[in-house]
Amino acid sequence: MTFRKYLILAGVTIFASTGDAMLSHGMKQTGSISIHQLPSVIFAVLNPWVAFGILLLLAFFATYTTALSWADLTYVLPATSLGYVLLALVARFILHEHVSPLRWLGIALITGGVGFVAGGPALTTHPPAVPIGHKPEASNAAVSGARL
Amino acid sequence: MKTLYTWSAILAIVFASVVGDVLLSRAMKQVGDVHALWKELGTFAVIRRTLANPNFLLGVTAMAVAFFSLLFALSWGDVSLVAPAAASLTFIGNAVAAKVFLHEKVDQRRWIAAILVAGGVALLAG
Repeated sequence: MTFRKYLILAGVTIFASTGDAMLSHGMKQTGSISIHQLPSVIFAVLNPWVAFGILLLLAFFATYTTALSWADLTYVLPATSLGYVLLALVARFILHEHVSPLRWLGIALITGGVGFVAGGPALTTHPPAVPIGHKPEASNAAVSGARL
Repeated sequence: MKTLYTWSAILAIVFASVVGDVLLSRAMKQVGDVHALWKELGTFAVIRRTLANPNFLLGVTAMAVAFFSLLFALSWGDVSLVAPAAASLTFIGNAVAAKVFLHEKVDQRRWIAAILVAGGVALLAG
């Protein structure tokens, strides 16, 4: 893992949570859309918050697919779940919403999970496929060495 | 009856998201390290190569299905149930699917991480 890769993971986290927050804010300004007037959802993109939210979610998708090109799915998903924590902290300290003790416990669990996965390897490495009955010299040597 | 509808829609979200994530992950491993490709071939070649991958297109389709299932679920159930239930079950489902279909080495460390995050998300959004 290089600094650039951590930067991509940070991008996934930040773009996803800020994009969702902006989309949510914009859609609340637009008002609720009835299931019978689905075409009116197209006009929702005229709202600047919604438009900027969509741009951020596109950035999220680009960084997410980039991360998946060099890391396991079971590494990327927990590693980028800090976005939930970020949203809760924004709610508490910027929007001054009440965050209940149960939610603080949730924040602690997610942070713990991220710490767990971040300490391990990012990508599963498989040994190169070997034709059946053909054992490479190196692994034979390693096996006999281990037995000794 | 409404509870049954809501939970069916939640399971549909979880199933479609897991399928989408697994396909996308497989597609990007086939495409290769995006940064190395970008340095070698340039931005448009990387985008073209990604869009030409069938697993990528199927993955995006599955994610679209997940999104529409979410809309259905939200029309039947409360967002405070649907969002955390779907998100945390997707974490667990992905850990299982990544082990089975992507042959990722989901060791104890990753299981604990997936379960902690799933629990945390359920508490946070609940």
